[in-house]
Amino acid sequence: VNRRAWVLFLAFAVLLALAPLAADRYTLSVLTTLVWFAYLGQSWNVMMGFAGLLSLGHALYVGLGAYASAALFVHFGIGPWAGLWVAMAVAGAAGGFIGFLGFRFGVRGVHFALLTIAFAEVARIAFDHIGWLGGSAGFFLPVAPRMSLPDLRLPPIGFYYVILVLMLGALALSRWLLHSRLGYRWLAIRENADAAAAVGIDLFSARIAAVAVSAAMAALGGVFQAFYFNSLFPEQAFAMGRSIEIILPVIIGGIGTLFGPILGALILTPLGEGLTWAIGALGLDLPGLKQFVYGGVLVAIIVYLPNGVWPWLAAKLGISQGGEGGR
Amino acid sequence: MDMATHLNIVASGLLTGLVYGLAALGLSVIFGVVRVVNFAHGEVMVIGMYGAVVAFGLLGLDPILAAPIVAAVLFGGGWVLQRVLINRFVEYSEAKQFILMLGVATIVVNALLMIFGPDARGVMVDYALDTYEIGPLLLDAVRLYAAAAAILATLALFAFFRFSRTGKAIRACADNPLGARVIGLNIDGLYALTFGIGTAVAGFAGSLMTLLVDTRPAMASDYTMLSFVIVIIGGLGSLPGALLGGLLIGVTEAVAGFLLEPSLKSLFSYLVLIVVLLVRPQGLLGRRS
Repeated sequence: VNRRAWVLFLAFAVLLALAPLAADRYTLSVLTTLVWFAYLGQSWNVMMGFAGLLSLGHALYVGLGAYASAALFVHFGIGPWAGLWVAMAVAGAAGGFIGFLGFRFGVRGVHFALLTIAFAEVARIAFDHIGWLGGSAGFFLPVAPRMSLPDLRLPPIGFYYVILVLMLGALALSRWLLHSRLGYRWLAIRENADAAAAVGIDLFSARIAAVAVSAAMAALGGVFQAFYFNSLFPEQAFAMGRSIEIILPVIIGGIGTLFGPILGALILTPLGEGLTWAIGALGLDLPGLKQFVYGGVLVAIIVYLPNGVWPWLAAKLGISQGGEGGR
Repeated sequence: MDMATHLNIVASGLLTGLVYGLAALGLSVIFGVVRVVNFAHGEVMVIGMYGAVVAFGLLGLDPILAAPIVAAVLFGGGWVLQRVLINRFVEYSEAKQFILMLGVATIVVNALLMIFGPDARGVMVDYALDTYEIGPLLLDAVRLYAAAAAILATLALFAFFRFSRTGKAIRACADNPLGARVIGLNIDGLYALTFGIGTAVAGFAGSLMTLLVDTRPAMASDYTMLSFVIVIIGGLGSLPGALLGGLLIGVTEAVAGFLLEPSLKSLFSYLVLIVVLLVRPQGLLGRRS
């Protein structure tokens, strides 16, 4: 990464840090969602972008993290700072278990992706019927009588800075992982698993590690979700649609690149909000129109920039993209 | 509960399963030959359903008679889609194919939503409430007719792949794309043909489904997942496997929906999928690659 990239990145980070000063309540909530998806996308990127493992059920890990930390808080009075370790352990173990089952039996590619969907769907339907966690009626965290950092009961701007720190932390972690021994193993496996195995890389353990790390990262995003939104519904938390929302920014931004997931969220969240605004302003109150246009934009981006927007933009800016993009 | 009730549930599950199996065949053909993850399959099916609903509403045409017409139109649609859009994604990773097809699916579902609205639309044929008594069984006429039409379409499809020159060429393509190119087959043309066949089959199955359920745009993604579950259970690229998977899921849904809460029925389909993936990742009738 060269000097120009660092300057641009610092400017970007400062801009994000200062953004709430100029934002009203609505804009702040959009920004918080944006940064949250930038964070979650990075967790998915570890699995798909680095290790080449397609997960289409990533909502599972986010949801497990959210429910684990919320259950500890509501039923046992254990705050999120302690709960997050449990949440990450639960999701990491779930990811490791699914990986273990899948890789042990040689389930790959689309088959593995469907396995991840199947587990997420099973969780969605099962959580609908777990009364202890609210079932399909939803699980609610008590509204805070007063602000408290230990219980993560913060004003909206506080949550924004929490997720911003997490998002930048995930970026640092991704960068470190990519240049670690494990990261190089992942890239080797992603590019050519047979060749990687031939030079002595243990595919099984490296792949399990990728799923577990990715799941634990996602779970931390789930903890944030639980305490920021204060309510959890299985139909949202584990939905296929949530998994898609997590994946989209990464693919649009650039799979396997460090900045791609963040750029993707920067494009897609404002796109969604902008479409809502534009359709409202034009007085076109037609259900489906927004999603129709959104789908068209998705197809256009993936057709014209199949490697994502970041590799293209990085080349335009004359900086290295950071991380080699996947196919 | 008596034996006859149980038999009835299994039998109607099998009949529905035949239609599911036909829909899944379309996905299996695309998956096996073009190697593209068609995450818009259920959406195509729902286009077929609306085709049948419109044909019935405007012309009073029976969904079984509308099915071939709907299939013909969707064949054209699928052929064009493969030619102009999907063909360039054949070599890309599954994640990118997924996003492309997801974009297509989003466009289709929301176009249907804008045209037809979110409410359910049904087809009320005059034999809708008829039943046939066969031994201890009491079967809905609509389910029997839909299943019979699905069997005919399935046999036609099997015959096409088994006996026709084009069908054999497509199978050659599936077995070895490079080899097929070497012996002079027009791969891109065959891919477009295959994708068209896949969407036509989905449309045919969709038309038949209107006899069994009401049509809503929102059901599309459920049908996509259902088709995937069936294809993976049966074995990727195996046509008899897709049929077997359809029957299995049809019965699983019918039994689970009856014995437990209806909201739990898809849970069992996914559990069957998980078990099959773990015990026999290539599917019940699939070959190891």
